[in-house]
Amino acid sequence: MLDFLDIMIGPLALADWLSWFFIISGSFFTVVGVIGIIRLPDVFSRMHGAGLVDTLGIMLILTGLMFQADEWIVVIKLFLILLFILFTSPSTTFALARAAIHGGVTPGPAVDEILDTPNNTPKKETDPSKT
Amino acid sequence: MLLFSVACVVIILSMTLSLFRAFIGPTVFDRILAVNVTGTLTVALIAVYGFLDGRPEFLDIALLYALINFVGTIAVSKYVKYRDLGHPIEGPDGGDV
Repeated sequence: MLDFLDIMIGPLALADWLSWFFIISGSFFTVVGVIGIIRLPDVFSRMHGAGLVDTLGIMLILTGLMFQADEWIVVIKLFLILLFILFTSPSTTFALARAAIHGGVTPGPAVDEILDTPNNTPKKETDPSKT
Repeated sequence: MLLFSVACVVIILSMTLSLFRAFIGPTVFDRILAVNVTGTLTVALIAVYGFLDGRPEFLDIALLYALINFVGTIAVSKYVKYRDLGHPIEGPDGGDV
């Protein structure tokens, strides 16, 4: 592989430092995206978390694995997986969003449910007085 | 190696949380979304496990799994939308997906 990746910086080689950086960053974004899938209110906002997992999380992890490869064919395979996820993730989200809209899920009511929580009730009482 | 072990643990934890959303999801689209994310995380898990085991040939399986995951998600979305995997018989077409 490339020669400059074998330079020792402290306890680890440069390739290992880069792998640690990319894989820890990817793991962070993966966990954040999955927490978004758990916590966000409706389907369309949960797709945001899914997109975070697909793009930043998986892509950073695969990029970190590239620095640990021994042969060029491994790097090419990882790049193919990465390119495929780059193209299929938006297509999947698009098809799923169209199916959800067609299936009767509207983005609106979840926002109203958030505004109906007891913390916001004084705000709702002021609204009829204005109109 | 410690690096790949950490990545494996994080990915398995994320898959567990994602399957939890697939279990409790109120609509069928939440479940499709969560299963899609779980499949994408499986691709990364197979790749990381190949490096952990010292056999990067697992990447072929990961590439195949990414393909199957995409086709499966599109097929389930279309089935839920049209109740049929074929061409819509009547009404406006609206595209394939």
